[in-house]
Amino acid sequence: MTVRELVEKAPFKAAVLPDPDREITGVYIGDLLSWVMGRASGGDAWITIMSNVNIVAVASLADTACVIEAEGVTPDEEILATASAKGVNILLAEGGAYETAIALSKLL
Amino acid sequence: MSEALTFHFDVDGADFTSAGQASVQVKKNLRLLGISPDIIRRVSIAMYEGEINMVIHAGGGEADVTVTEEEIVISLRDHGPGIKDIDQAMQEGFSTASDRIRTLGFGAGMGLPNMKRYTDHMEIRSELGKGTDITMRVNLK
Ligand SMILES: Nc1ncnc2c1ncn2[C@@H]1O[C@H](COP(=O)(O)OP(=O)(O)OP(=O)(O)O)[C@@H](O)[C@H]1O
Ligand SMILES: [Mg+2]
Repeated sequence: MTVRELVEKAPFKAAVLPDPDREITGVYIGDLLSWVMGRASGGDAWITIMSNVNIVAVASLADTACVIEAEGVTPDEEILATASAKGVNILLAEGGAYETAIALSKLL
Repeated sequence: MSEALTFHFDVDGADFTSAGQASVQVKKNLRLLGISPDIIRRVSIAMYEGEINMVIHAGGGEADVTVTEEEIVISLRDHGPGIKDIDQAMQEGFSTASDRIRTLGFGAGMGLPNMKRYTDHMEIRSELGKGTDITMRVNLK
């Protein structure tokens, strides 16, 4: 499923979607950035509550399909602009990491 | 590509919110060179971890990335405090990061282990009070 299809089917909002046709091939949940870089796979949807600017670099370098901010967390405009420029998709979810992962699990 | 290509970066130690710029640039350059996505991912993560470490633990430094037909070599040099016990620093979970750094999501003590995992060869030379030199190699053949 692509990130665009996920936004259409799941209760997630697109904050920025510069690369909508990116295929999602798995899921990783985590907030410690070096864990994410060590354990996430390229193509994963990355669920986190971290929202500082470093998530953009991590998502880009670890080559995740999208970042999903759980718990209603919304990154600042400046961070969204950086993500947009770097081709990093960011989605927003109201639920926690568990609910978010369940919603993904039903669709993937 | 018959000759070696080298990219040089000065890594600013003052602002770690913008840290990672050198790694992002390397990712772009490697893409233009037609390097495979898997190799690019390994090189960029290893370099980002090293770059962030120079910013957080050493007040900045310098990075050189050399691409030949055989391999990609990442060299990092800083004049920070040095690493007291390299074996200890290499262990998963060991970190001296401050609480402020931890609130940003760093400080899991996974950076050096990731650098080793994602590269084919890694060498650390460090002297207390002088600084740290790290060389990482990723084979292309
Ligand atoms: N360039 C450096 N100069 C001085 N000390 C360093 C340097 N790089 C690493 N260290 C020391 O080694 C420890 C382990 O580094 P490592 O990258 O594995 O973890 P971390 O940076 O603390 O956390 P993480 O990388 O998971 O965000 C650091 O906490 C620090 O004490
Ligand atoms: Mg580190």
